[in-house]
Amino acid sequence: MCPEPEAALTAPHSLEYTYKRSLGPILSQFFTALRDRRMLAVRRSDGSVLMPPKEYDPDTGASLDGMIEISSEGVVRSWSWVSKPRRQQPLDHAFAYALIQLDGADTTFLHVVDAVEEGSMSTGMRVAARWKAETTGSMTDFVFVPVSSK
Amino acid sequence: MSDRQMDGDKPSEHDEDVTLLRVPVSLDYDYSAGVSASRFLRGIEQGKLLGQRCPVDGRVYFPSRGSCPQHAVTFGDETVDLSDKGTIVTFSIVRVPSANIPLELPYIAVNVVLDGADTILMHVLDANPEDVHMGMRVQAVWKPREEWTTSTANILYFRAIDEPDADYDQYKEHI
Ligand SMILES: [Zn+2]
Repeated sequence: MCPEPEAALTAPHSLEYTYKRSLGPILSQFFTALRDRRMLAVRRSDGSVLMPPKEYDPDTGASLDGMIEISSEGVVRSWSWVSKPRRQQPLDHAFAYALIQLDGADTTFLHVVDAVEEGSMSTGMRVAARWKAETTGSMTDFVFVPVSSK
Repeated sequence: MSDRQMDGDKPSEHDEDVTLLRVPVSLDYDYSAGVSASRFLRGIEQGKLLGQRCPVDGRVYFPSRGSCPQHAVTFGDETVDLSDKGTIVTFSIVRVPSANIPLELPYIAVNVVLDGADTILMHVLDANPEDVHMGMRVQAVWKPREEWTTSTANILYFRAIDEPDADYDQYKEHI
């Protein structure tokens, strides 16, 4: 029999692909507004409102540029509880990922609800943005909290 | 808007719009070196450069992956001690910074074939860019012994040595 080989060495290994993307005129306005703690959406020709804004109409491909400010409060349309957050997730304690429709918008987007416990989450609940003390113009400048606990 | 929560209507204190977004993407692993690379790394912890010889054609692989990629045979436990001297096969003078390479620019990236090895090693040469050339004889410069770990970082860089250039025939297969 061969002697047992020594155990293999192991080491932590981080692989990074961090990059910078250019935002273009529409998303630049959107992120600049986030830094000012304001929610900017875009209006389509049929009057419906896309949040977050898009540069082009998803149905017709027409350019969109009618930016409007909407509320930073809205409704949870769907959600999933994260009981054990991973290191790179936005909060270090349990939270919910939720599809949120802001008041004045016709679309939902995925964001974070900092709720105390899973039992305080429900579809249809009202949430409002809670802004960080320092904003930089990023989707992580805010999280949502249930309106009642604000 | 009545439902804005914290800002009131103060104007932005920033002059510039946000036009770029930094997007961090990273994956964290526990990397296992495997038996063969672990043997190589334990060697380098002792200041030894261990290669392995293919039993079919006798070529010496450094570092060894434990098997021959050409003949699909394993190398077993036998190792070959290699010199820390070698010959520059090719080089590139790097003038563009890279976030994860903390070297002063310009630096010289080199492919070195160590004496006794038949595969090349990529490393850095400490020299004036105008002096580097193919066939140049070089030697590893090591960290102080008390700082050696199971890491290839034990070799800081390569440096020219006072030996005549190697003949082109000795390293041409590596170009
Ligand atoms: Zn072979």
